[in-house]
Amino acid sequence: MSGTALDPTTAPKFQDAARALMGDSQLRKNVRHATKVIQTKRAKVVAEMPDWEDLREAGKQIRQHTMRHLDFYLEQFERNCTAAGGHVHWAKDAEDARRIVVELVKASGADGVSPSEVIKIKSMTTEEIQLNKALEAAGIHAYETDLAELIIQLGHDQPSHIVVPALHKNRAQIREIFQREMKLAGTDFSNLGGTPQDLADAARRFLREKFLRVKTAVSGANFLVAETGSVCIVESEGNGRMCLTLPDTLISVAGIDKVIPRFQDLEVVLQLLPRSATGERMNPYNSLWTGVDKAPTGGDGPRNFHVVLMDNARTEILADEEARQTLHCIRCGACQNSCPVYQQTGGHAYGSVYAGPIGAILTPQLMEMHHAQSLPYASSLCGACYEVCPVKINIPEVLIHLRNKVVKQQSSGFHILANPEVMALKAVAQVFRSESVFRASQKLGRIAELPLSRKDAQGVGWIDWLPGMLGGWTQVRDLRVMPKQTFREWFEQRSKGAAGRRAEDAAGKESDHGR
Amino acid sequence: MHWNTGYQEEAMPLLQRFVDQFRHAEAVVSPSTSCVAMMRDHYPLMAERLKDEKLKAEVAKLLPKVWEFSEFLTKKLGLEDVGAYYPHRVTYHASCHGLRSLHIGDGPMKLLRAVRGIDLVEIENLEQCCGFGGTFAIKNAEVSSAMLSEKVRGVLNTRAEAVTGCDNSCLMHIGGALHRERTGVRPVHIAEILASEEGGQR
Repeated sequence: MSGTALDPTTAPKFQDAARALMGDSQLRKNVRHATKVIQTKRAKVVAEMPDWEDLREAGKQIRQHTMRHLDFYLEQFERNCTAAGGHVHWAKDAEDARRIVVELVKASGADGVSPSEVIKIKSMTTEEIQLNKALEAAGIHAYETDLAELIIQLGHDQPSHIVVPALHKNRAQIREIFQREMKLAGTDFSNLGGTPQDLADAARRFLREKFLRVKTAVSGANFLVAETGSVCIVESEGNGRMCLTLPDTLISVAGIDKVIPRFQDLEVVLQLLPRSATGERMNPYNSLWTGVDKAPTGGDGPRNFHVVLMDNARTEILADEEARQTLHCIRCGACQNSCPVYQQTGGHAYGSVYAGPIGAILTPQLMEMHHAQSLPYASSLCGACYEVCPVKINIPEVLIHLRNKVVKQQSSGFHILANPEVMALKAVAQVFRSESVFRASQKLGRIAELPLSRKDAQGVGWIDWLPGMLGGWTQVRDLRVMPKQTFREWFEQRSKGAAGRRAEDAAGKESDHGR
Repeated sequence: MHWNTGYQEEAMPLLQRFVDQFRHAEAVVSPSTSCVAMMRDHYPLMAERLKDEKLKAEVAKLLPKVWEFSEFLTKKLGLEDVGAYYPHRVTYHASCHGLRSLHIGDGPMKLLRAVRGIDLVEIENLEQCCGFGGTFAIKNAEVSSAMLSEKVRGVLNTRAEAVTGCDNSCLMHIGGALHRERTGVRPVHIAEILASEEGGQR
């Protein structure tokens, strides 16, 4: 995966990408370990909150209300941010957003000379639009300053998690990346130790020089507060605080879904987010700023501040009543950690910077259902994601809703004939509609399965090979043949005369039905 | 199956059929948590979408009479000890739909604990999916297999001779792998255990 951008328009199907990644035992061990550690931390700090369920409900209500009045709150944010000295730009799509940011960076240089470097705070929105590539093309190098993003950047890799982008790498791998890629005048990284302290120290030395030198910063945003025009970013390493306070120019890119109505609403979301994301009671760094510092001699923070409000298919999601809740997401990543599918594959299999359950619903919608159609099926619908979601997004429901959209695409025109699944499921639906057809097909099934069936020592028939699509089942599982008597037949016989039938008989026959 | 795979239109006629079949039933008992979850979670929505007021009312009337087998015993009949005898080492698999949709909680465990002779052992990561997920097991066979492998390991670690649960589809899935690997561990539906009595041993 390394090097190639996670681009849903070119990514392979989830099944195929997953198959390839699942052969990487190091990656699987790393992902399993990291998700387990974060899950355990989260469970502990959630359990200590007596009002957690009320908080979740409050979070859901806030997000729901905001989405219902999104136009109002966005304009309110624009007014208040502008009044405080910020500049608000509206971007229709990714291309628009990239163009605006590149122009703003170019214009940020002193004496009309475009800067050749920017520093960046971790931002999935800028990953979504592949901003770094666009900056590079304009001759501007972006330094990622978040430790995980730095690992990804130096390793020519791609993020695999929305909160912990380098979750798929372990310490030994990170050390080697640093040794190979970190170049800093006057510093020798060749004898780098392997402890967390060693690695953090190397990153600190490498980054501090950038913080002090580079005058333009690009960030994302966790929340935009409409009431005050403020932008909020939470982080753990202090790199964000550096980027927000040291450079002269700050450009923050945010999806239009990031707005919340009131300052007071932070009370709810800033409790939900850190506990869900990293299992912390509070983020180590909570930055909140409103416009620019207008003091003539220059105080803290940037002199020029821009917010790029990006749509990029979010209004289309908003228009879909059943999928709208996708936009409630506050990007905590708890659904990724809890997902048994993500735990097996890691994030890259999803072919998008948004991996896991939230990615499975968000990515195809950001693509307006033209790409990533395999993602809604990358779930067993176990519901673990819904259970941990801090704003109660019913991800399984949205997955099913999107599956329906995919089926409609596949069932239209000539596609239908090329798709055995569509034909099979439509046929089975007919069978389920009639009792006589259902019974007849059960009898037929018993005959059809005969050539595939082999009897075990107890005389029970088992199938260990199935053709075509169904072969996915028999690659690791056997299938017991249909019972001689169905539950229905047994039940009818039972009620006809044998009312006092012994319970053991009942148990035996029922088990036949069960398999 | 149709609804969850995206074939909502194909699932729709089955709703009227269900109501026609069970309209006059005193109680509808299903040995499968996922079937009951489908009804409780989606039937009202289906009726809503069909814009059929009569059907909507009938669904609303019928649904409270629909029970998953174990909750029928514990919640409707108020039973815990059904007088069963099952002298075997058994572990219980909590299906996702039972756990997170029906919230049947420890109802099945209470029923099992009351069974005489049973040696009940708890599986690690009880709340984790077995990887079946209906058509998921075929569409994403690789990932499903990996999830199943973890579940099978959990079952084997308990050193149980049988794995039980309230959902036939999970049991078919786990049982399929237990048989493939010739582990000698068998899947049994909870109803089979609860219907076993002394003198019934083969």
